[in-house]
Amino acid sequence: MAYIDINTTNVPDERGYFGEFGGRFVPETLVPALNELVTAYEDAMKDDAFQQELAYLQRTYTGRPTPVTYAKRLSEKLGGAQIYLKREDLAHTGAHKINNALGQALLAKRMGKQRVIAETGAGQHGVASATAAALLGLDCHVYMGSVDIARQQPNVFRMKLLGAEVIPVESGSKTLKDAINEAIRDWVTNVRDTFYLLGSALGPHPYPRMVRDFQSVIGVEARQQIQEMTGRLPDVCVACVGGGSNAIGLFHAFRDDQSVDLIGVEAGGHGIASGQHAARFADLNISRPGVLHGTKSYVMQDENGQIMHTHSISAGLDYASVGPEHAYLRANERAFYTFATDEETLAAFQTLSQTEGIIPALESAHAVAEVIKRAPQMRRDQIILVNLSGRGDKDLDTVIQALGNI
Amino acid sequence: MPGLESIQAMFQRTHAEGRAAFLPYFPIGYPTYAESIEAITQMAAQGVDGFEIGIPFSDPLADGPTIQAATQIALENGTTVSTALDAVRELRARDVQQPMLMFSYLNPLIAYGTDRFVQDAKAAGADGLIIPDLPPEEAHLFASACQQENMALVFFLAPTSDEQRIELVTQQATGFIYVVSLTGITGERTQLPPDLAEFITRLRKQTTQPLVLGFGISTPDHARMVNNLVDGFIVGSALVRAAQNGVDAVRQLAKDLRQAL
Repeated sequence: MAYIDINTTNVPDERGYFGEFGGRFVPETLVPALNELVTAYEDAMKDDAFQQELAYLQRTYTGRPTPVTYAKRLSEKLGGAQIYLKREDLAHTGAHKINNALGQALLAKRMGKQRVIAETGAGQHGVASATAAALLGLDCHVYMGSVDIARQQPNVFRMKLLGAEVIPVESGSKTLKDAINEAIRDWVTNVRDTFYLLGSALGPHPYPRMVRDFQSVIGVEARQQIQEMTGRLPDVCVACVGGGSNAIGLFHAFRDDQSVDLIGVEAGGHGIASGQHAARFADLNISRPGVLHGTKSYVMQDENGQIMHTHSISAGLDYASVGPEHAYLRANERAFYTFATDEETLAAFQTLSQTEGIIPALESAHAVAEVIKRAPQMRRDQIILVNLSGRGDKDLDTVIQALGNI
Repeated sequence: MPGLESIQAMFQRTHAEGRAAFLPYFPIGYPTYAESIEAITQMAAQGVDGFEIGIPFSDPLADGPTIQAATQIALENGTTVSTALDAVRELRARDVQQPMLMFSYLNPLIAYGTDRFVQDAKAAGADGLIIPDLPPEEAHLFASACQQENMALVFFLAPTSDEQRIELVTQQATGFIYVVSLTGITGERTQLPPDLAEFITRLRKQTTQPLVLGFGISTPDHARMVNNLVDGFIVGSALVRAAQNGVDAVRQLAKDLRQAL
């Protein structure tokens, strides 16, 4: 497969553009705050003390590096490529979201902002934010759609236990999109003393870059670990893509490894033909470049530019747009995007549980579903590296409802 | 005298009369298409100075609960960018002569086509546009079409804007600058921010563009307070809320606000 040679370290540019995607489309009130954030972030990145504190917490608090597990029985069952799992499910709080939450919370503290707000879909970013806030003594307020609150009760309780306030959002589709709207409204109102701890690689510049950078530890570790284990690079990296933070975190370290295919897996919901999904790159009848939540990327919208309601069995992938860097990597054919349906995801959820003793988050099970399709078509000496972005305990209610008592 | 000049003429007149211009915001399609047309027509008859014609969007992140709810109803009523342009045509046919500025979030305009929107809005009889999620850094998306069609392209300043941003917005804005009175979203407030005069003074030091104040201005008392402070002001949520009690209530509030000047 021939790639156009791109140097992704050149993106984003000063205005936050990844090629034609990204940028900063927000009300004027927020522009000075975003400029302040750019300056503070760049200062922090140059400051050894900040880097060391983050590294110390990653090691002693998050539990990094997370291991890479060889999925022997799954590989044998599928009879093709050898499958390795990057175990972000073993990070503290049970998902990769803590990587970014800790980084941004440290930055909030450095900027003297005591009040932190966050949005959450599945609740993983909310839990990670509440955790980081508790650790660093910050006040945390999490916006969450009431539909998501209903399907992610354990995470709601965890956030409250951690001392965060969970604010139900009743507008629009009552999911992640609306939680982001409400978080932005809060930020516009309280911009002077509030830090917006955004959880995915989307939103206005510098968030897509900052979130990518804080998540890039996933790929940096995994790239080294897989070489230590197998003596070489993987042939394929696979990750699920909602906003796309775990995927960009894995992909970033492999950006210049032209032999490594990068595959993002979107939420296929009830199937593309049903229109009930969140596969922004798969259904170009209803997904076009547009602007949502301050960034230009692919957006699921009707012909009048109104944002469409999406569907996924996993709350964390149930979002109408996708991080701008993914749109850029796709346009440059450096990464490829596919989807897994709810049904395929539920099957993968069970398969991984039964072959490896690992219950994945429904989000991550989308990536596993792609592996189940892809591995049998590959040779036994080939390697797939999958980002297992989170653990599935939070999803048990959803899965019981979908499968009955198995 | 359509386009930018009609907005300039509006300020010349209100300056000559020694008062601020009053520009109501009203969303097309709320409570129904017909009632929104009627509300705007009635307000025009009360001598308001210009209009912000609201185009609904599914995710209005600069708006408070009142306008969120109203524009959601407008969407459920099938209101689109095209509907809003139809409304402008119909208002002009009803002899509404005041300047009209289209108020829309960016995505519906991208979907419609940015150049096409500016051309069609001008042809329908609109005089300018206001896009709350378009910062001046991205002015190029609309600037050349607006210049070609002689349409105002309004940008915002907020209490958080520093000297550099005031300069940038002053350079990019045509027609007027929309001054956001407070850090926050649209919606009625009982009081105006205490540091408002200081904020406007800070802006005046750096810009000679007309300043039109919005966010939170709700009552005739507020109108009186800002009358000598700014070149114009916008009332939105209070009028939208009044519409819950019918078009007459909108007309009455617009009349009271106008007479306060």
